[in-house]
Amino acid sequence: MPSKPRTIIEKVWDNHIVAEREGAPSLLFIDLHLVHEVTSPQAFSGLRQRGLKVRRPDLTFATVDHSTPTTPRSLPIVDPIAKAQVAQLEANAQEFGIPYFGFQNKDQGIVHVIGPENGLTQPGMTVVCGDSHTATHGAFGALAFGIGTSEVEMVLATQCLLQRRSKSYEVRVDGSLKKGVAAKDIILALCAKIGIGGGTGCVFEYTGSAIRALTMEERMTVCNMSIEAGARAGLVAPDDATYEYLAGRRFAPKGAKWDEAVAKWRQLPTDDGAAYDHNLSIDADSLEPMITFGTNPGMGMAISGAVPDPSTIADPLERDSLRKALAYMALEPGKPLAGQKIDVVFIGSCTNSRLSDLRAAASILKGRKVSEKVRTMVVPGSQEIKRQAEAEGLDEVFRAAGAEWREAGCSMCIAMNGDQLTPGQYSVSTSNRNFEGRQGKGGRTFLASPLTAAASAVTGVVTDVRTLL
Amino acid sequence: MKFESTVTQIPVDNIDTDQIIPARFLKTISKDGLGDQLFFDWRYNADGSPKPEFILNTEKAKASNVLLAGDNFGCGSSREHAPWALSQYGFQAVISTSFADIFKQNSLKNRLVPLVVSREVHQQLRDALAANPDLKVSVDVEAQTLTWSGGPVEQFPIDPFAKHCLLAGVDEIGYVTQHEAQIAAYEAERFATLNTLTN
Repeated sequence: MPSKPRTIIEKVWDNHIVAEREGAPSLLFIDLHLVHEVTSPQAFSGLRQRGLKVRRPDLTFATVDHSTPTTPRSLPIVDPIAKAQVAQLEANAQEFGIPYFGFQNKDQGIVHVIGPENGLTQPGMTVVCGDSHTATHGAFGALAFGIGTSEVEMVLATQCLLQRRSKSYEVRVDGSLKKGVAAKDIILALCAKIGIGGGTGCVFEYTGSAIRALTMEERMTVCNMSIEAGARAGLVAPDDATYEYLAGRRFAPKGAKWDEAVAKWRQLPTDDGAAYDHNLSIDADSLEPMITFGTNPGMGMAISGAVPDPSTIADPLERDSLRKALAYMALEPGKPLAGQKIDVVFIGSCTNSRLSDLRAAASILKGRKVSEKVRTMVVPGSQEIKRQAEAEGLDEVFRAAGAEWREAGCSMCIAMNGDQLTPGQYSVSTSNRNFEGRQGKGGRTFLASPLTAAASAVTGVVTDVRTLL
Repeated sequence: MKFESTVTQIPVDNIDTDQIIPARFLKTISKDGLGDQLFFDWRYNADGSPKPEFILNTEKAKASNVLLAGDNFGCGSSREHAPWALSQYGFQAVISTSFADIFKQNSLKNRLVPLVVSREVHQQLRDALAANPDLKVSVDVEAQTLTWSGGPVEQFPIDPFAKHCLLAGVDEIGYVTQHEAQIAAYEAERFATLNTLTN
C-alpha cells in the first residue's frame, strides 16, 4: 500500500508520538535533552518540590556556557552570581545523576557546539534545550527546538513534551555561493527576506543544491539562526556528509549499531511529492556578503547596500520601528554601511565558532594586523575546537594579528559573562542577535560572517571582504 | 478567568525578550524579583533611577493588568524570565497582532494570556485609547472575548487545551505523568535502537 508522501519534519514527528488525544496536543518523546546553567535552576527546584527524579538521565546532558568567563581557566569565576549559578548546575547534575561537562572539563563548550562535536546529536532525533538556538542541531536532520523552563522541567520529569504540530516551510537554496559569501550570508539573507517573524509557527526544511554543498559546520550555521526568522526549528535532511561527520564520534553508535542506524537514517529525507505549507526560493549565485543595520536580525542587507529610509515605509508601526532602530544605531538613512567605523570585532557564538569559522577568519588575518582602534576577540565554541585550532597554528595567526584568543563559551554573543560592549560602541559580530543591548547595554551590533568580521577588524570599518581577497 | 483593566501601551513591533528582560538578569537561580527588571534598559537611567516618562514607571501602568504591544511580541530567546517578569509586574494579558512561538507557550504556562487580535482591531483599540486614555477593556478567557465600551466584541483564538489548563488550573506535568503506561510502552519499543549516553 503506497503511503502518503511525507516531509522529514512529519517523519521525525510521527516517530516520536507517545500518545494523541482529540483536542489535546501530541505527547512527544524527546531523545536528547541538553541543559545549561541559565534556564535550568528553576526547573530542578520544581522537580525537588514535587519529589520527582529525572526520568531519563541517560538522555540528558548538561554543560555550562552562558555565564562562564572566557579568561584563562586557571582564574576563578569572579562574578559571585554567575559563580553560584554554575555551582547550582553542578550540584543539580550530581543530585539527579546527569552527565555533565563542567567549567573545568577539558571538553566544555557551548551546548550547541559540543552536542554535535561529541556525536550526541543524531539524525531523526527530537532534541530540546532551554535555549532558542537549539535549532542548530537540525543540521543533522533532527527536529530540534528551544523550550522554556516549565518545559525543561516537563522533559526532566517525563522525557516528553506536549506539542502541536508546526507548519512546514521549505527554504530552497539553489546555485553556488560566490567567493567571499558564506553560509552565514544565506541565513542573514533569509532573515532579511521574510523578517524576524516570517517563519512563526513553522519548521524550516533547508533544501536545494547550495544547501547540499554545505559542510556540516556550515549547515549548523544556517539552522542555528532559524529562530531569527521566527521558526522554532530548521533542519537539513541527512546525507553522506552527515554520516561522515558523525562516524566515530564519542556518543555515536558503533559497529553493527552504526550500520543499523545509518540504514534507518537513510529513510528520513522528504519523500518525492511531499507537500509543504510554505515554500521560498533563494538564489545562491546572486547572494552577496550580508550585514545587519538595525536592531533585529531581519534588518539586514547586502554589504553593498544603503541603510533604508523610514520615510519610504507606509505602515506607521513598521516605520516607527525602523526609525527607532536607526536612532539606537545612530545611522543615517540612505547611506552605505561599508566604511562605518567600529570598535569591536567578535568572532564566536553557537552560530560561528567552529573550526571552519576560525579558519575563515584566520585566512583574512594571516599576515595582516587588526586596526589599532579595534578590539578583536576570538572565542572558540569548545575547548576541543580550541585545541584543534592551536594544533594547526590558528591561535598564532590571531595573536600575531593583534586579536585576543580566549577560552570557550557564549561570551559576547549574550554578554552575561563580562565580555561586553560599552554604551555607544559598534561591533561587527559573527553571533546571531543584534537586539538593543544584546552585547552590552547601549552597544550596537552589526551581524556578519567570520570573513566580513575579520576584514572589518583589519580596516577598522565595516568592510566588504571581497576587497581583501 | 475574567478581568477588566486599563491598558498600558508599548506600541513597538518585534519587542524581543532581551528588551523584556536583559540577559544580565538571567544569572538568578530563582523566579523572584523579576518584575522590577521588566524592560529594565528602557525603564531606568544609567544611574538606576527610573525614567519618569517611561510608561511602566507611571502609577496608572502599575495598576493596569493589560499590555498592548506591537507585532511579533516576545521574539528572540526562550527565556521564561520574560513572562515571569511581565506577570510579576502585574500583567495578566498582552495584546498583539502576533506572538513568537516560544514566548506564547511560556506565557500560557504562567497564566499570562497572549491575546492575538487582527491589525484592524489593534488599530481600533489604539484609536479608542487615544480618545480615552482611561478606557478599560474586558478579557474573558472562557468566552474568548476582548471588549470595551463602544468597541467590537472581539473573539480571540486560544489553543483549546491551553484554555482548559488555564480555566481548570491543570498541572501539565501531573497530566503527562498520567500517561506513564504509554510512555513506558514507547520506551520499551524504542529503547532497542536508541543510543543513550550510557551505552
